[in-house]
Order: sequence, then C-alpha cells, then structure tokens
Amino acid sequence: MKKLLVALITAAAALSLTATAEAQEKLKACWVYTGPIGDFGYSYQHDQGRLDVEKALGDKVETAYLENVSEGPDADRAFERLAREGCKIIFGTSFGFMDPEVKVAKKFPDVMFEHATGYKMAENLGIYNARFYEGRYILGQIAARQSKSGVAGYIVSFPIPEVVMGINSFMLGAQSIKPDFKAKIVWINSWFDPGKEADAAKALFDQGADIIVQHTDSTAPLQVAEERGLQGFGQSSDMIKFAPKAQLTSIVDDWGPYYIGRVKAALDGTWKPGNVWLGIKDGAVKMAPYTNMPDDVKAMAEATEKKIVEGWNPFTGPIAKQDGTPWLKEGEVADDPTLLGMNFYVKGVDDKLPQ
Amino acid sequence: MDITVNILLTIATAATPLLIAAIGELVVERSGVLNLGVEGMMIMGAVGGFGAGYLTGSPWIGLLAAIALGAVFSLLFAVMTLSLATNQVATGLSLTLLGLGLSGMMGTSFVGQPGARLPNLDIPGLTAMPVIGRLLFGQDPIFYISIALTAAVMWFLFKTRTGLTLRSIGDSHTSAHALGIRVIRYRYLAVIFGGACAGLAGGHLSLVYTPQWVENMTAGRGWIALALVVFASWRPWRVLAGAYIFGAVWIGQLHAQAFGIPVPSQLLSSLPYLATIVVLVLISRNKRLTMMNTPASLGQPFVPDR
Repeated sequence: MKKLLVALITAAAALSLTATAEAQEKLKACWVYTGPIGDFGYSYQHDQGRLDVEKALGDKVETAYLENVSEGPDADRAFERLAREGCKIIFGTSFGFMDPEVKVAKKFPDVMFEHATGYKMAENLGIYNARFYEGRYILGQIAARQSKSGVAGYIVSFPIPEVVMGINSFMLGAQSIKPDFKAKIVWINSWFDPGKEADAAKALFDQGADIIVQHTDSTAPLQVAEERGLQGFGQSSDMIKFAPKAQLTSIVDDWGPYYIGRVKAALDGTWKPGNVWLGIKDGAVKMAPYTNMPDDVKAMAEATEKKIVEGWNPFTGPIAKQDGTPWLKEGEVADDPTLLGMNFYVKGVDDKLPQ
Repeated sequence: MDITVNILLTIATAATPLLIAAIGELVVERSGVLNLGVEGMMIMGAVGGFGAGYLTGSPWIGLLAAIALGAVFSLLFAVMTLSLATNQVATGLSLTLLGLGLSGMMGTSFVGQPGARLPNLDIPGLTAMPVIGRLLFGQDPIFYISIALTAAVMWFLFKTRTGLTLRSIGDSHTSAHALGIRVIRYRYLAVIFGGACAGLAGGHLSLVYTPQWVENMTAGRGWIALALVVFASWRPWRVLAGAYIFGAVWIGQLHAQAFGIPVPSQLLSSLPYLATIVVLVLISRNKRLTMMNTPASLGQPFVPDR
C-alpha cells in the first residue's frame, strides 16, 4: 500500500509542475527534491536557492521543480520526465538520487545534470556538496560547553557517509573541549517525520541528555527541547522562531549563490560538470546567530568559525578510529574522498554503526 | 520512576492520533464502507487545525476547525461513493492524494511559523500527585477525548439499536434496504463521523504532538490507522490496545537505542510493523471469529433499486 501511495504521490507531484512549454528561448532549470518544499528544512532551503535563481536571472530562465520524490528507482521517472519536458539543467538534491541521475544522464546527453551530496560523475553530470561537517564541529564545541550532564542526544536518519561524517565532526568538536563527552545516538530511519523526531528527542532527554542535535529535517526536536527547558541546534534553516529559548545556533544551507552561478554558466554555454564541495568560507554553509549562551562560549564558537574560514579542517590529526586504531597522524588532514565515503566512527562515539 | 512516567506519557501521545483515526474508520467500515482516504482527511485536519489556531491565536478554535475540515473533506468521498456509487478503493486513494496536495497548498503561508499548542490538563491538587497525577490528570485534552470516544463507540455499536442497525447495514446492505432501513443515510453519517475523527487526529498532530505545520506531517499515520482497524478485527477495544501496543513498541525501540542496546536500528524501527503482522497472524488463526467480525459487504457499492 505504501509503495503504491509513494508511486501515486510521485505522479501527482509530477502533475503539479509549474511548467509551460511556450517560452522556447528561455533556459529551463529544474530541481528535484526528496521532501516537501514546506519542510522548513533541507528541501525548503534548496527551493530558496531556486527562487534566488529566478530573482537573479529574471526572465532569462524558467524554473520548475518536483517535490516529494522518493529516493531510489521511483526517482528515474522524475528525472526522465523533466528531461523530456525540456529542462536543460536539472539539479537532483538528495543522496539517493545518485544512481537514477547517472542512468538518466546517459539517456539525455544534451541535458546538464547536477547532483548534490553524491560521488558519481559523468560527462554531463556534475556533483556539488556543502561541508556541513564544518558547522557540526562548532556545534560539538558549543554542546560540550553548554551541557551540564555531559551527554548530548543525537537524532539521525540513515547511516550514509554524510551523516557519519557529521557525527564524527560533532564528537571531535565536543572532545576538544571535554574529552569524556558522550553522545547518545538514535536512528529513526527517516529524513522527515516530525512525530518520530519528537518521540526520539523525548526518549533522549528522558535518558539524561540535555542537548539535542539532529540530522533530520523538521523543527520537532527543538520544540521538545523548548518545552522541557533544555537546549539544542536547528538544522538546515534558522529555526529560532520555534525555539526562542532553546536554539543555540543552526547550520543554515545557502545554495543560492551556487545555483545562480551554475545556471548562469549554462546560459553562457560555459557549463562543465564540476566537483565542488563548498564550506563556510564559500557562504554555502552559514551559522545562525549564536544565541542562548554565555559570551565566552559565543566567542569560542566565533573563533572556531574564523579558524575554519581561514582553511583549518576539523578532520586534522591526530585522530583515532572508534576501536582505537590510529587514523590520522599529528597534523595530517583527511582528504575529501575519504570523508565523502566515511563509513567508520572516530574514537569516543558510543554507538555501533548500522551496516 | 520519573522516567517510567515520561515514557508512558510519550507512548500516550504517540498512540492518541492513531487511536482516534482508527476508531473513526472502524465505524465507517462497520457500515460497510471502506474509506482509504484517512491519511488525506487527517492531513486536512492538521492544516486546518494549525491554520485556525495560528490565525485566531486559540488552539481550541483550531481543534474545532480540524474536526470540521476532516468532516467536510470526507463529505466529498461520501458524495462520490454513496450517491454516485464510484469505486471506494479508488476514490479513497484519490482522497488521500488530494488531501496531501491540497493541504500543502493551503499551508504555504504557515510554513516556518510556530503555532499554538493545546495546554495540558492541570487540576490543582490532582495533577501534582506523584506518579499517577500526570498520567491521569495532566495530559492533553485530546487524550481524554480519545479514551471517551473509544468507550462511546463501543457502547454505540454494541449496546444501542442504532448501532445494531449500522452493523446490519455493513453485513448486508441489500437485506437492510429490504427492511426499510435508509442505507445511504446511515452510511453518509458514518463516513462523516470517520472524517471528523481523522480530522481530530490530524489536529492532535499539529496542535499537540508537534505544534507546527509542515507538509506531509502525518507521515503515513493514516495508513497505520487503517491497518489497526483490520488488526483489531473491527473491535473498538482492540483498536485501543493495538494503538497502544504500536506506540509502546515504537517508543520502546527508541529508548533501547538511546540506552545503547546493540541491536540493528533498522530491525528496531521495523518492530512495530513486525508486531502488527504477528498479531494479525495470531488473530486470523481463528477463522470463525474473523468471519463473524468482518463486515460482509465491506467495500461494495450499494445502488438502491427504486
């Protein structure tokens, strides 16, 4: 039943395309989102980027999007449909769209494809990503300073490299302040389910965590923190309105500048498949204002942010893996392919990685 | 002790929307109509409840709006399937899709806005009692409604004449029609009741569970409610038990993870569904009992000969 529903939703979402075929000279840029644009999180931020493109390039472009496209084989049809409808450049915004995009890109060599957070490329398929882990290191430091119990609750979606990298970076940040800092990790196997996220937050708080971190997309965990008088971090967008007393900061995704640049390149005919990984210094990862913390904690966060902008990488040795075997030597910096394929925990993470 | 109370409260919050939506659907199915649009009606209730609460500032008005919107939305299904005798499965599915899309459109301006939350019950002297105080006297108002609703439906279906008539329609609409019972009218009322319940369940999500509006926030709970009705073999008290078992298994696995029990999280996440299957198998071992409870004319369109 759920499968059928998902298929039907994809079809319905496809019907809701805001596309018209008449404007031929305009470049048609299209987006595929895994969540609803109204999630006020990950997909919402990508859509803000799309709107930025419309604003910046005006009547030279026409945009369209498909939302709620489930990851996996269903996505094939979504990309194929967009390509057939005259989209010249298509952005797939979720990790699970990787293989479908590779497949469809082969079929439509004249269409430019872009895929976020994946690692497979093709002649007409470029990849882009944001270094969210930079922000997560700062979250870890703040959590270690703000937590009284020394335990954070960490709500996660799926064990993909992006998420594992986030957990590791958070723990490295926390341990740089308090070496024995602990994080309780709960996998909910969903990117977006406010109810489940709220339940997970409650469970973590009940077991002694007093700071909540999430790698899922809704505002629900922060709202629970607000209700309980505890603290936490937003995700993807600034969620301060939902938790004026609880939000410490939030990692905000800003895709606008990148999208504008790529669509412009497509317009000028200079587009080439790229492989970029943008961080805080590129403006793609922003930290929401540091709130609800003492000034010295805020100063520490700002100092770390500055250090990262200046080129320091949170994954700089010495770092050991979870079982204690050395991973990075003193001063050694993890290379991007290792980070993008990360499938192990660093020392101090108190969880068994689901395989 | 405190943690036990907290866990029980969390379970109650997780079970309440499932229970309410399932109880409504149970009445609908007992009248012989299969409405697969629960998810759609629920999400309409969620957006209506949040919207009205947000615009007026009163979560109570939001609650009423959630119920009203669910009921009005189900009327669409009733007109299609009962007056125009369309296929119930197809109509129900399209109701879900319509609801998901329409609610997203209606809620565009509510995205990213914090909403009003229904306050928990607070009776001086009683709520502050240790342990049972918060469990019995300190929950959200919809929790109490859900329990009262279950009892009322139980009484209505099995202790009143109208309830008996409703069940007889569900078992054989032709016979009921021959006896002079107004089949279509009964079914209209049942479907609207189901819609109101689904709307209320949606209101619980956007006014209590997670006081916010986001698209797709029901996240499949309408389908779980539908499964619960079958799981309960169309018995109200079993729906209650089922909703709470489902909630308990779900919350339990979250705690197991947070506690660091080394079991794969995917397995833990699928536990509620596994539990449903196991119970279904156990129940359906007794064929006679299953037959007795299943409304015989479930899902069949009824066109009275004039």
